[in-house]
Amino acid sequence: MLTLAHFLTLGAILFSLSVAGIFINRKNIIVLLMCIELMLLGVNMNFVAFSRFLGNLDGQIFVFFILTVAAAEAAIGLAILVVVFRNRKTINVAELDKLKG
Amino acid sequence: MNSAQMLLAAPEFWLLVMACVVMVVDLFLGEQRRGIIHMLAMLTLIFAGMITLRGDYLADGVQSVTAFNDSFIRDRLGDVLKVTSFVILGLVFTYSKLYLRNFKMFRADFYTLSLFALLGVMLLISANSLLMIYLGLELISLSVYALVAFDRNSGRGSESAMKYFVLGSMASGMLLYGMSMIYGATGSLVLTDIAEAIRTQGSGDILLIFGLVFVVVGIAFKFGVVPFHMWIPDVYEGAPAAVTLFISSVPKLAAFAMAYRFLSSGLGDLHIHWQGMLSFLALFSIVLGNLAAIMQTNIKRMLAYSTISHMGFVLLGLLPGTAYGFGASMYYVIVYAVMSVASFGMIILLSSRGVEAERLEDFKGLNQRNPFYAVIMVLVMFSMAGAPPMVGFWAKLMVIKAVMDADMMWLAIIAVIFAVVGAFYYLRVIWYMYFEEPENEAIVTAPVDFNAALTVNGMMIIGLGIFSSSLIALCMTSF
Repeated sequence: MLTLAHFLTLGAILFSLSVAGIFINRKNIIVLLMCIELMLLGVNMNFVAFSRFLGNLDGQIFVFFILTVAAAEAAIGLAILVVVFRNRKTINVAELDKLKG
Repeated sequence: MNSAQMLLAAPEFWLLVMACVVMVVDLFLGEQRRGIIHMLAMLTLIFAGMITLRGDYLADGVQSVTAFNDSFIRDRLGDVLKVTSFVILGLVFTYSKLYLRNFKMFRADFYTLSLFALLGVMLLISANSLLMIYLGLELISLSVYALVAFDRNSGRGSESAMKYFVLGSMASGMLLYGMSMIYGATGSLVLTDIAEAIRTQGSGDILLIFGLVFVVVGIAFKFGVVPFHMWIPDVYEGAPAAVTLFISSVPKLAAFAMAYRFLSSGLGDLHIHWQGMLSFLALFSIVLGNLAAIMQTNIKRMLAYSTISHMGFVLLGLLPGTAYGFGASMYYVIVYAVMSVASFGMIILLSSRGVEAERLEDFKGLNQRNPFYAVIMVLVMFSMAGAPPMVGFWAKLMVIKAVMDADMMWLAIIAVIFAVVGAFYYLRVIWYMYFEEPENEAIVTAPVDFNAALTVNGMMIIGLGIFSSSLIALCMTSF
């Protein structure tokens, strides 16, 4: 029998994978965008699981909004990516170092 | 949903409609008549202010009214912050016009995106549920990501936009993760219901503490306090000055509102837990912000680090969790927005065609080039350093008093010491203006509306300092 803990663990694994991906990845911005999507999916897993086990629909409604915003976010991210590529001719994370921070 | 509820959110609806109108009208205007867009945006702000100030919902001593299944709240705090953001955005538009014209970037996108970001700010200020907080936050963030990349041909601009995007998305992911935990622990998305649930079931739930940590990370990122400050210097330096002007002012008001709603209305009973976290965030931002600012030679980066330290001071006010503390914090954030707009306005003023005046040396000998502007800059710098009788002094005084109320004498002492350290780099700008020879002898001039806005802004800094009681009273009665 699957319990709430199983779903939360899955959510936590997805979330940690994406955070690790963002920090470890030094090659490609597109992978960063994928990690961000994965992070939101991990959160969605949490919300759906809680919603199911609490018997409360609010969490599932929240998931719809997260999915919508994630789509908009991906669109903006890719647009910025195109601008970066046009200006710098590279999408390598390590080469984005003109600013000190 | 009935019409009374719609009426409560009238300023938001007005702004939504007008942002769309601005976007469409631009299609029918040629390059020559872009000024109409500017006028339209200013009118939008003025009417939004008038609609907000009507405030007839507060009949018979009601403190606040909620709408849309309790996700939206209308109260005094929200109204004060909203009207402040209209005033600040009006100044931002007036200053930016000069910059955008000088740099051949006078496109309507700037106005549309800023108005949508303002809509996000208003939603966040009036948010009473986790969903509303998230949507308001994302509306601000997405608009601002696009604004940072506004100069499409600038390598630095697009690079900083990318960094901001990745870090910002990660921060909102963290915030969402925290929200899901809080939802799981309390079974509700509405902040007042969450507070109620915590009161009945106690605050010992591990899920709740876990959620709180992630939420504090999200809030800290939005404020830009250490250790979640990495994006601030890069974005401030990389973005066009007009955009930096916007980022450094209006969204900070929303960040304060979000922190108040979340930490006080929602998680007020977890006060002891978040007080500890916030005190360390505040301590490190004040120390690191001030020390790093001394070493900067780029004035945009210097102001970025000074922002980090100012946000540390705003957090100080939140620590005691009392009405006085929140009032002090709100006063600080409003004062900060006014000062920050003036300082970036000066950078825009000195930016001649195609070159941004972002080196500290660009301020050399400003007194000989135009004494009036030098005086305004002196007011701004003294106020940021916290010298009486400027408005910045009262702000610092009040948050430090709030920290002492929370029995954290050590933190108050460190804050005062580093406020004095910070005075060094503000005074250096004044030294450059008065005691160094200018590199460029050209007289500095600006259009009439720019001068008017800058004068009003300077008057606000000194006037609100000398007659400080009205704004302080306004902030104190909001809680």
